Amino acid sequence: MRDFSYLRAASTEEASQAAREAGAMLLAGGTTLLDLAKCGVAEPDTVIDITHLSGLGGIAVDANGAMIGALAKMGEVADDPLIKAAFPAVAESLSLAASQQLRNMATIGGNLLQRTRCTYFRDPAVFPACNKRNPGSGCSAMGGVTRNHAVLGTSEACIASNPGDLALALVAFDAVIETGSRKVAADDFFLLPGHTPEKETVLQPGEIITGISIPASAAAKNSTYLKVRDRQSYEFAAASAAVGLEFEMDGKTVRDIRVALGGVATKPWRARAVEKALIGKVLDLVAIEKATKLAMEGAVSHGDNHYKIDLAPRVIARAIMKVATSNVAPSNVGGLA
Amino acid sequence: MTIMEPRKHGDASDGMIGGRQSRFEGSLKVTGAATYALEYPAENLAHAILVQATIPAGKVVSVDKAAALAAPGVLMILTPEDDFGMTVATDWGGNRPDNQPYYPLPRDVKYNGEPIVAVVAESREQAFEAAKLICIRYEAAPHVASIADPKAGEGQVMDNLTTKWGDAEAAFAAAPVKIEGEYRTPREYHVAMEPHGLTAKWDGNELTIWEPSQWSHGMARTYSEWFNIPYEDVRLISPFIGGGFGSKGGALAHGAVAAFASRKLGRPIRLALTRPQNFTNYGGRAATYQSIKLGATEDGILQSIIHRGASETSTYATWPEQTGAATPILYKVENFSSQHRVVPVNSVTPGALRGPGKNPSSFGIESAMEELAYKLNMDPLDIRLKNYNDFDRQSNKPWSTRRLREALTEGAEAFGWSKRSHAPRSMREGKTLIGWGIGCGTFPVIQAPSEAMIRILGNGRVEVVSGAIDMGQGTYTILAQTAADVFGIPVDQVEVHLGDSRLPGAAIAGGSMLAGSILGAVHKAATAARDELIGLALSDAKSPLRDTGANTLAFAGGRITPPRGEGPSLTLPELMAALGREQLETTRNTLPDGASAEEQRQAWTTMAKVQGPTMGEFSMHSWCAHFAEVRVDEDFGTVRVSRMVSAFDCGRLYNPRLVESQWRGGIIMGIGQALLEEGLVDLRNGRTVNGNAGDYLVPTNSDIPDIQTISVGVPDYNASALGGKGVGEVGIVGVAASIANAVYHATGKRVRDLPITLEKLI
Repeated sequence: MRDFSYLRAASTEEASQAAREAGAMLLAGGTTLLDLAKCGVAEPDTVIDITHLSGLGGIAVDANGAMIGALAKMGEVADDPLIKAAFPAVAESLSLAASQQLRNMATIGGNLLQRTRCTYFRDPAVFPACNKRNPGSGCSAMGGVTRNHAVLGTSEACIASNPGDLALALVAFDAVIETGSRKVAADDFFLLPGHTPEKETVLQPGEIITGISIPASAAAKNSTYLKVRDRQSYEFAAASAAVGLEFEMDGKTVRDIRVALGGVATKPWRARAVEKALIGKVLDLVAIEKATKLAMEGAVSHGDNHYKIDLAPRVIARAIMKVATSNVAPSNVGGLA
Repeated sequence: MTIMEPRKHGDASDGMIGGRQSRFEGSLKVTGAATYALEYPAENLAHAILVQATIPAGKVVSVDKAAALAAPGVLMILTPEDDFGMTVATDWGGNRPDNQPYYPLPRDVKYNGEPIVAVVAESREQAFEAAKLICIRYEAAPHVASIADPKAGEGQVMDNLTTKWGDAEAAFAAAPVKIEGEYRTPREYHVAMEPHGLTAKWDGNELTIWEPSQWSHGMARTYSEWFNIPYEDVRLISPFIGGGFGSKGGALAHGAVAAFASRKLGRPIRLALTRPQNFTNYGGRAATYQSIKLGATEDGILQSIIHRGASETSTYATWPEQTGAATPILYKVENFSSQHRVVPVNSVTPGALRGPGKNPSSFGIESAMEELAYKLNMDPLDIRLKNYNDFDRQSNKPWSTRRLREALTEGAEAFGWSKRSHAPRSMREGKTLIGWGIGCGTFPVIQAPSEAMIRILGNGRVEVVSGAIDMGQGTYTILAQTAADVFGIPVDQVEVHLGDSRLPGAAIAGGSMLAGSILGAVHKAATAARDELIGLALSDAKSPLRDTGANTLAFAGGRITPPRGEGPSLTLPELMAALGREQLETTRNTLPDGASAEEQRQAWTTMAKVQGPTMGEFSMHSWCAHFAEVRVDEDFGTVRVSRMVSAFDCGRLYNPRLVESQWRGGIIMGIGQALLEEGLVDLRNGRTVNGNAGDYLVPTNSDIPDIQTISVGVPDYNASALGGKGVGEVGIVGVAASIANAVYHATGKRVRDLPITLEKLI
């Protein structure tokens, strides 16, 4: 590994200042940074340690919603009883992510910034072409092994899928990402690759995520996270869905529904077409099946990943069925509840 | 290496052969006290790393290393320009070309990921950083990425793997019921927890290697031949291994590089492969294709088996993954034809991975048999029993023991097979489809001559000394049990020294051949040592047992007594003290008497003296039957194994606890093989793109259900001196088929290519 400077920031302001320099990277849980440094993707000149900064941790939940500090650990949030009660999809998305060891280390802020698992992105020695790593160099994934690549939100420059779980739940429930200077809706926080796949979020140089707020809602309270994958645990999603549902007083007409998709798109994917098709409707299997297909509008297969186009609507449908027939139990699904 | 303070579990009978003694070295491993190859302290250590080819075929035109040489901490850079002055060593078959130079960092690139440059630095991190500054220019050549590459062609037929009897084509043509299928298995990898690597150190012309090894003597020979130094001048030390599974049986290019660099630099060198390099620097299981045709009567009697198989090999060596290995012996059939081809591709040469040959072979024939059963509307258990193989038509020899019928029937009973509903998709809970399937397995009994020394110490402790390997399967433990048995002493009075090429020779810990082979030697040496002690006790003037009139002595309960109690009773230390002996050493081997030193060397360091399963009067094999229950989500195609019952005939079990542990390990690997494991090759450049622990999936604990194992074996004294047959390999054989068959039963979809990932079922 390369020599780099290590800076232990005294304050968020200092960290932010230092992080503006080219070649500077923030260090929180380190689970992504170390991994990417090992495979030669991240080559920081300066690593700015923010783990000890005060005011960036903690979890607070009240009737209006939750405030989660950027340095809160994934494991802490997953196990928080108030989060579990008010935002089950958030807690489940975390407990189904990574492994317990990683969840003990990784922070919430860092989790949102994790990089893609595209195997071509992670193998610079053999595949120098990668528009994410080296803008303009091309995309090695296209024409290669694409089983885990995105079918939604892709561009000619990049088909890498976003690996996040938590991010789906945040996007679904209109969470807001807070930095020192502004508040950004989670759905706006993540960018489509377009011609600039190297830019994955709206964060500016030096801008540090300080926390996440999630507004309370009936849909968030009646929500679930469903993650489908070949391995029962410790695998990224083949397809996943964060879904929340609120019925009208009649108990069958949809007042509010939230659907976000993972494992299939270049960013955490809010499936608004599915929501729109179901709001105001009486929920039944036919309606669900029809609506969930809308999630795949504009989907592009690259061969190996074609199955995601069939799979994702089924995952959404199952998740909707789950919350429609709740009291929802935590779903540890790889196919089996 | 001494195993300190072995712990006892259960009653005294635990310590004897057949007892359930826990692993001697277990507490050392779980407390971190066991030292592995890459942890040995060495003064003045330097670190080497490998730079790999990024093209699949071609030539290295130039290596610009100037910038890297100037980088901090860099001591040396080795490239294809360097003449290593090494010579090619003996291969597995015992062949060695005369004076052929060996270039562990070759100029000709034969696969993507081949090591071509080594960087040596004061630290591993400095070496990696410097490696980024190296500029390699290639001249690319056309490549064949994998067996799936349209350019791969048909490959070459292996004549020695062609088997036939009867007239399979005519019998198939005439058979009223036929099935035909093509079955595929992908590249699979060992993924041992401990990565490959070594520490190499020269003292003058003597080379010491700390390296995880399944065969200390064989690998020591390779190092000595590479450097043209006497065998005795190499010492390979490997007391503990963090998993081998077939990958650690031979010395490899990275070992050559480290040893050469150490000599050139005059410092000890440590070289640890990175996790991705553990997918490229030695071969996993080759990808295989097989087509199988079965012809049968309408009542399900097999008339013909026609088998055509193929496996990948590299462009520079031939390693057949023998797809026809189980096909000829599992079922009774009068007309049989099998052929196997190897297809050279630009990959590292494949190698042995648990259940080599038999494993993919079983996946083919055991899937095909269930296809036939469903076609005939027969119970898959019945069709197997109906075609039970009464003797080995391939070798024309009777079985030594074959309790596969008992495995099938007792396994079925334990599983509850009779409650099965026959039709596919007929068992479900909500959206979960449930299916049951069977897969039979087999693995040949292989033996090799081995040697052991028994040392009785004055304090009454008994040492067992052998260069044999314990890679977790329990060699330490069962050797201690064997010696304890012979001397009638508690097992904690025995010490076992293993894993050092300077110690007496032993079979490789591979092919399930070590336990049967080394136990024979240890038992022989221990019995000889006991006889020698009896002789002394009855004849030595100082012995209190001399004048008892007994002509032998009994060893039991820690005491030595005349058989009818006609005299004093002594403990081992008391007898040694009376005889005035500090120690008594006895070495024995299982070679024919009078074997020369050269024959002995050959026996321990090559495969020349290995006894195959049909070299004697009998055909000798371990057998098993796996019963799998799967649950498949009908919307998502995700498969989970919810239950496994597996019954084994492995002869006598020397230690049931350790045997069950090996069986379960094999079954777990089989679940991974069935559902998850697949090296994904990018056809454009031959790169295995998921060669890392994050993307190449093996099962987690939550993928593994309760596994019930059953032993149906009886002692087979043709198979080994103490009646056991191999246990390590056979556990995985048949598992993948049992799961594929259960998936068919659950879903009505026949998946003929592994792994059974969700997209194949939705």
